[in-house]
Amino acid sequence: MAAIRTEQMTKVYGQVRALDGLTLTVEPGTVFGFLGPNGAGKTTTIRLLTGLARPTQGRAWVAGEEIADSGKVAARIGYLPEEPAFYQWMTPIDLLDHVGRLFGLPSQERRSRTTDLLELAGLSQVGKRRIGGFSRGMRQRLGLAQALVNRPEVLFLDEPVSALDPGGRKDILEMIGHLRGQCTVFMSTHILQDVERVCDTVGIIDHGKLVVEAPQAELVDRYTVPAFELECEEGSEPALEELLKALRKLDWVTSAVADPSMGTVARVVVKDLEIARRELLAHIVPQAAALGLILRRYQIVTPSLEDIFLQLVGEATEGSPGAPAEWTAEGVREGTQ
Amino acid sequence: MSFYASLRKEVLELVRTHRLLVMAVILIFFGLASPLMAKLLPQMMRLIPGGEDFLSLIPTPTIADAFTQYVKNLSLFGLIVAFLMTMGIVAQEKERGTAVLVLVKPLPRAAFLLAKFVALALAFLGCLVLAGLGSYYYTTLLFGAPDFFAWMVLNLMLWLYFLVYVALILLASTIAKSQAAAAGIGIGAVVILGALPSLPGLGKYLPGQLVAWGTALLTDPSARSWPALGISLGLIVACLVAAWIILDRQEI
Repeated sequence: MAAIRTEQMTKVYGQVRALDGLTLTVEPGTVFGFLGPNGAGKTTTIRLLTGLARPTQGRAWVAGEEIADSGKVAARIGYLPEEPAFYQWMTPIDLLDHVGRLFGLPSQERRSRTTDLLELAGLSQVGKRRIGGFSRGMRQRLGLAQALVNRPEVLFLDEPVSALDPGGRKDILEMIGHLRGQCTVFMSTHILQDVERVCDTVGIIDHGKLVVEAPQAELVDRYTVPAFELECEEGSEPALEELLKALRKLDWVTSAVADPSMGTVARVVVKDLEIARRELLAHIVPQAAALGLILRRYQIVTPSLEDIFLQLVGEATEGSPGAPAEWTAEGVREGTQ
Repeated sequence: MSFYASLRKEVLELVRTHRLLVMAVILIFFGLASPLMAKLLPQMMRLIPGGEDFLSLIPTPTIADAFTQYVKNLSLFGLIVAFLMTMGIVAQEKERGTAVLVLVKPLPRAAFLLAKFVALALAFLGCLVLAGLGSYYYTTLLFGAPDFFAWMVLNLMLWLYFLVYVALILLASTIAKSQAAAAGIGIGAVVILGALPSLPGLGKYLPGQLVAWGTALLTDPSARSWPALGISLGLIVACLVAAWIILDRQEI
């Protein structure tokens, strides 16, 4: 059973289609990164799935319960809003105890859960301090702790680190990483590095529509360009050009072109990645030696999530297939960044 | 279960934010001061330059003056307290985002609202009991003992009167998206409800009649005003149900 499933979920606010027929499946136990630019529909999706708003059309299930039955869903989820707000007069202990009471936890369990979660959030020392005086990072950690009180099956995190400094981001991402396998995490963000760091599966949304959904590794494989990048020492540009000329003669090489803006870097696009893996270096090394070319770097081009994101969001925005970020198959920089 | 958790939080909030203390101080102060003011009015007039000229116009204070003073002060300041304590009770939570924090948990929206209403009802009840007992003591001391049962019924009527306004302003707070808007809607509702008794024949059916009934009981045990009681209870229920329906349809 999927942890989250949506079918044609749509949300319209007046003239704005905030969400447009979202169909999505999130497997249990995964950390799902829900990526999209600002205004793409990430928060709307989370608000619908947590029962804070109702879809205009479509259906959705969270932890096996249909979201229309928000009471049943509420008992099985945790939620951290983008900017969690707390009762300023409460202490973290008060808050976690109150949340435990809302979930109907017995007093013994509430006490032990409060202790455990304060420790997990690194707030044990300030458990009796008023939340009103907390920093943003502390509030975010407390927000995550309160979302975990009921040991949720599905945890929704809306931009959990976007407002934090690097230290705060690291803390929260580590906490999220520790949740892998314990519950399903549905995390919206527009920070790609965070997704690369903690998420197994990625969904990219733009203009209310899901552009792609796949495990991160599969996504990277799917968008990998069959290409290699070479970098040589400065002053070796003529020798590099000679090498590229020789490589272009190979029948399994599509193109071999130097980067027009950085003459010391070149990209070799091949027809068959496996053949190239075995044979390209064997062709390069003796010729480079003969040409006196000093190579600094030789690597298979692996697109970053950012490359894929920009390419897919660009496609969705422009409605036309774009080239992989930075380079086309002909090896020319597109300037998409 | 979640209702009691929410009620506990509301009561704790009233205590920790000192709102309960402020309510208690205001109501108890006017409870204690009312019989004193009634008794000492002639003496106070003597202290005002030229006030002695009016002394002959002021009749000797009686226990009825103490009742009147108590009812006037409590109904006015109690109403102000009810307004100030209720106007942001839901709107502020929506505005600040704390409503999201709790409504995403297994807390039905009806329980969320009812807990707020019940907490304020209990706070008013406790403060009115203290104010009423204090005032009863001073009234007994200065004018002689009134009928204790009638005195407590008067306070019960005052309590119901406040609860009508608490429910009305809670509805306004639910409709509004901000505290300022809630205050605007609440003031409008209070003004309308306050102006209605001026329409001929309508006053005896409205919540204000509860206070008049309670006061009348002190001198006339046979006084009754059941329609006002029924309509007041109906208004409270109607406001709470309307608030629940509205909140249930709102996207937080």
